[in-house]
Amino acid sequence: MSGAVAGVWGLPLALVGGALRVSTPYLFVSLGECLTEKSGRVNLGQEGTLIMGAMTAYGVSYLSGSPWLGVLAAGWVGVLFGALHAWLCTLPRVNDIAVGIALMLLGIGTAFFLGKPLIQPRAARLSAFELGAWSDSAPVRAALEVTPLFLLGIAAAFAMRFFFERSRWGLVVRVVGEDADAARALGYPVGRVRFAATAAGGFLAGVGGSFLSLYYPGSWSEGLSSGQGLMAVALVIFARWDPVRCLWASLLFGGAGAVGPALQSIGILGGYHLYAMAPYVLTFVIMIITSSARRTLAGQPAELTVAR
Amino acid sequence: MSGAGPGGSVAPGPIGVHTRAAEGDLRARVLTAAEAMGLPLAGIGVSFALFGIFVGIAGANVPDVYYQMYRGAFGSGFSFQNTLVRAAPLMLTALCTAMPAQLGLVIIGGEGALVLGALAATIAAHALDGANAWVVLSSMALAGATVGGGWVALQGALRALRGVNETISSLLLNYIAIGIFKHLVEGPMRDPASLNKPSTRPIGEANALGAIPGTDVHWGLVYGVVACVAAYVLMRRTVFGFAAKVIGGNARAAQVSGLAVPAIVVVTCALAGAAAGVAGMVEVAAVHGTANASLIVGYGYTGILVAFLARQHPLGILPVAVLIGGIGASGGLLQRTEHLPDATVNVLQGILFIVILAGETLRGRFGALAPRAIGVPQSVRAEAKRAA
Repeated sequence: MSGAVAGVWGLPLALVGGALRVSTPYLFVSLGECLTEKSGRVNLGQEGTLIMGAMTAYGVSYLSGSPWLGVLAAGWVGVLFGALHAWLCTLPRVNDIAVGIALMLLGIGTAFFLGKPLIQPRAARLSAFELGAWSDSAPVRAALEVTPLFLLGIAAAFAMRFFFERSRWGLVVRVVGEDADAARALGYPVGRVRFAATAAGGFLAGVGGSFLSLYYPGSWSEGLSSGQGLMAVALVIFARWDPVRCLWASLLFGGAGAVGPALQSIGILGGYHLYAMAPYVLTFVIMIITSSARRTLAGQPAELTVAR
Repeated sequence: MSGAGPGGSVAPGPIGVHTRAAEGDLRARVLTAAEAMGLPLAGIGVSFALFGIFVGIAGANVPDVYYQMYRGAFGSGFSFQNTLVRAAPLMLTALCTAMPAQLGLVIIGGEGALVLGALAATIAAHALDGANAWVVLSSMALAGATVGGGWVALQGALRALRGVNETISSLLLNYIAIGIFKHLVEGPMRDPASLNKPSTRPIGEANALGAIPGTDVHWGLVYGVVACVAAYVLMRRTVFGFAAKVIGGNARAAQVSGLAVPAIVVVTCALAGAAAGVAGMVEVAAVHGTANASLIVGYGYTGILVAFLARQHPLGILPVAVLIGGIGASGGLLQRTEHLPDATVNVLQGILFIVILAGETLRGRFGALAPRAIGVPQSVRAEAKRAA
């Protein structure tokens, strides 16, 4: 019975399972970036934050034995990087895109430097909920294993939409991102709002990184992240700066990222590098389709430099 | 991106200026140049200090680290030549960021253009197997330049015609280029004889790009220097370069005044990508002799740092590439003598990048160095700007 299920449904199951697994870092980074961009800044350094978060989480989990302490530590390292980005951007004539590139390189370099001793040891990993426990099929159970982190991410997406649409502070962030002068005229501290939004965005990206090292793939190595942090930035554009749409987009990207491993799991090994390109190609194509030379995108914060 | 002072760090000497400029003009120029050079130099000093604190906390002997870095980069004829060998591709990949920067674009796709340029050059060498070495090498350079140029021109075209953000698209295309490279090198183009490290068939000893006579430095360095000088002349001394600068100042105004904005964007990006593609060709023809994953060591990303450190000035790239190449060259020695991880140089590069960007904010802030000081007429300011 279970063999037959895996035979017919093997590929779609592997894709769904992959989407549920691979999407979590996209989800956290895109939510963080969404928050940052809503305040009118772009943080391309999220890629560096993601990798720093992954390294920190693994190190803290290894030393303390508690993976959740690792997740928290990763978040706070993200705050540190977000705060650094936000502070550098308050200096006159400092461009947020360039600072993002610099922080990306610094984050990757620092993570590899500090993470060197962490490549060998095994740290405590995050445990998973078995949503597929009702099934007697092993592939179904494997596909439906999700971390609490993923469920937290879903909750965060809806909470953030509520925050933007229904809360006073969410409105303040949006005003700052739409028209800094108007926000200033209303008496809101533009600089401080952006600082807070970028730091909080860094927290989420750091947590996303902890997922990489503590759950899937579940160990620290220098090849852990390959542009997920960056794709998440493009994903926010695709999601039109809406947190819940970030969730759907993350699942889509996760599915694309799962194509290679899914095909491998059913025995198709050739062209691995081509399948691995799927998320990048998907992002690229989506960017081309959704961009326009003539109009600004619906939902785009007007202060954003990403689409000058 | 407004440029540096007159010629940045390789400006014509103040004496040359003196003969054709008024006293006030000279003063303004000298001060602008002093600031243009002084700020990056101060930034480099601050970065090295911060880096020292970092490795000090990590438990290294800081003075020893500095000494080994100097020894590994510039300490002997051998190490200096190694530095120059690393500087050559950096000059070319830095142009990939610096030339579009004149248009106000932030393109960071040098890595992808380098990787695909290397692949195209290898394919060209295989296709012309047995031909005269000059023919093979010229075709390799042409193939690398064409493919690299096309790759970055695509990014420019998407930006100009569809408004696709060039920074993100160029970075995505880096990953796609590396995917294509790995697929071909580990699949259809793999030499069955390469067991542990998948590589293409070697291009052959006869087709290797040799050393400049009297040195161990390959001709790629000359390619780099010539490309930077040519880029300087094109972007700062021709009508085309002036048009590019107008677009960089205000693209809409440029469009209204009748400039063919998309064409200029695409051509500039194509030339920028061609430079990075030639870097890939140089790495294949002069260093590796084949295309394999050893090519993907981040010259494209380091080139971004070089471009920003040189303040996007094509001639400023030359000394900066040597400095950053030296830092890269010292990495091996740091690993062996100080037991520091190979990522140590990446940390220093990241610190440098951030300090230099933060230092931008200080430009024009020093009373003594400010060319905007009272008594400097408007025309001088305009002149200083134009020279930049």
